[in-house]
Amino acid sequence: MARTPAELVGAQPEPPFEITLDGRPVPALPGQTVAAALWSAGILAWRTTRVGGRPRGAFCGIGQCYDCLATINAVPNRRACLVPARPGDAITTQEGHGRAELSV
Amino acid sequence: MPSSASEPPASQPYDLAVIGAGPAGLAGAVTAAGLGLSVALLDASEHVGGQFYRHPAATLGAVRPEALHHDWAAFAGLRRGLEASGVSHLAGHHVWSVTGQDGDWAVHAVTGSDGGQERPVRVRARALLLATGASERQLPFPGWTLPGVVGAGGAQAMLKSGLVLPGRRVVVAGSGPLLLAVAGSLAAAGARVPAVVEASGYLRYARHPRVLATNPYKLVEAVVHGGALLRHRVRPLPRSAVVAAHGTDRVEAVTVARLDRDWRPVPGSRRRIACDALAVGHGLAPQIDLATALGCATRRTVDATAALVLGDGQETTVSGVWSAGETGGVGGSRLAIVEGELAALAIASRLDGQTELPQSRRAVRLRRGRDRMRAFADAMAAAHAPAPGWTQWLPDDTDVCRCEEVTAGRVREAVTDLGAGDARTVKLLTRAGMGWCQGRMCGAAVACLAARGGGPVPPPAERRPFAVPVTLGALAGLDADAAPGNPTDD
Ligand SMILES: Cc1cc2nc3c(=O)[nH]c(=O)nc-3n(C[C@H](O)[C@H](O)[C@H](O)COP(=O)(O)OP(=O)(O)OC[C@H]3O[C@@H](n4cnc5c(N)ncnc54)[C@H](O)[C@@H]3O)c2cc1C
Ligand code: FES
Repeated sequence: MARTPAELVGAQPEPPFEITLDGRPVPALPGQTVAAALWSAGILAWRTTRVGGRPRGAFCGIGQCYDCLATINAVPNRRACLVPARPGDAITTQEGHGRAELSV
Repeated sequence: MPSSASEPPASQPYDLAVIGAGPAGLAGAVTAAGLGLSVALLDASEHVGGQFYRHPAATLGAVRPEALHHDWAAFAGLRRGLEASGVSHLAGHHVWSVTGQDGDWAVHAVTGSDGGQERPVRVRARALLLATGASERQLPFPGWTLPGVVGAGGAQAMLKSGLVLPGRRVVVAGSGPLLLAVAGSLAAAGARVPAVVEASGYLRYARHPRVLATNPYKLVEAVVHGGALLRHRVRPLPRSAVVAAHGTDRVEAVTVARLDRDWRPVPGSRRRIACDALAVGHGLAPQIDLATALGCATRRTVDATAALVLGDGQETTVSGVWSAGETGGVGGSRLAIVEGELAALAIASRLDGQTELPQSRRAVRLRRGRDRMRAFADAMAAAHAPAPGWTQWLPDDTDVCRCEEVTAGRVREAVTDLGAGDARTVKLLTRAGMGWCQGRMCGAAVACLAARGGGPVPPPAERRPFAVPVTLGALAGLDADAAPGNPTDD
């Protein structure tokens, strides 16, 4: 019986690279979204809410809930469950609003 | 080859624009192209396949992506069909609006992985096929905003595309057949799934033996899931719900309570289950914003969601706009494929100047298949329809709207003190549903509260003898005998 998702599908991924969350290195596999890379590292929250300051991360997993918003390379309000991780990406915990308004 | 045609010449509209490249949209696009139509296929995602056929990016090197799907061959066929067709596949296109009229539609999209920036695109087409799928329905409970609490379909989607799990010990909860699929995949991928907590039961499937008997495919599916659960020692807990998630910065345990027929928690039936993640969802709701903005009429489904009203040839009530898949009522990937194909036949015949629906053998066979599968889907939906008692597990201090952090208490106040009678008025008074997700996550809950707890009531059950294969029978039996478990208060 498989012990990991990668084992289940017989994954032979390309070599991992590094992204950072608030400066802390996190490995990512090419083809993973930012949220998937963070989940892999056991990180489930990368945002705090505007009113209660509560921690949040990915919830719907498919781009509909906007709970996974992160600041990626200084651009706020990006949906981490949709954005593919790229080598060297700097993710920062987003507090409250971030900055720019969402256009969609 | 799927051309990466970005914009067609402004003077040359496509015959057909398909929005959504899930099973329905893919089948529609490939069939239409096969009938000689020029087709643009737009999807927000970089990959075709939609929710069901979500799969890892090529760079993740999955040798057996089919291990996470029980019907991969159908998808492989559609994908080959797409590659061999002249369909312009416009990946990474987030459609935000459709304007125009019968014969002359403009589809407006923005590009990029999350559509936040980059290029606005307009695609013109003579006919429109909306295949935008569904989103997961959530019914809030204390602790549902804790990290580690994720959508059941969301956990499935993250697993299928990113090969990741939200935790090592994952409780699956909510209602609907998708939960069994999610529990099966999470367990197969190495998570320990201590329980699948189902608010309804499986008993009522068993009361529709004839619908089941005419649906061999669905039966096989249920057997597959049933078997997988046994193998991974996943314990189904029917007629129960997660009524609280506990933890400070992430979920550490959940409280499960037995439910009565109206989904009211049974006093003294609470027990705690330790876990580091909870995958939760109460079925799916059609995603029909684009269609309703165009004026397409909707109907209330047996499980109290809104779905598009569709004619025999999959046309909406707006002439020149067709729809297929979950948008017409949730029914799964096989039904989506059949409807996509059928819509394409109807569209081709209309563009060819015919006013009647095609009567070819193929069209007749597809219509029969669709009607059969719809009947089954309705039976399932009826079995899992939320009953109004669920609001009893929602205390006043729990956030209902995740985005704007609006509590159940404030929504109730708007309803009882300020007289708000519907979700729209509640939204204006409290901001619930006004945040980033535009009410996608809280809409169902707010509507129930606005109906003063008198939310959707499932239709009465028909009594029929059991006549089902062993695993379904086993599931049904479980429902009938399930004991209240060891009541321990949390
Ligand atoms: C999160 C989630 C997980 C699911 N997992 C499973 C599962 O594991 N097993 C199962 O049997 N069923 C699953 N389902 C049910 C699923 O809805 C059906 O099985 C099947 O995928 C439906 O096919 P469809 O073509 O109607 O819609 P979908 O497969 O949902 O396809 C719709 C497509 O439309 C695109 N889209 C929607 N709106 C826009 C827009 N505005 N602009 C551009 N593109 C858009 C989406 O990106 C998507 O690719 C899941 C559903 C959800 C919501
Ligand atoms: S997890 Fe819901 S939008 Fe990303």
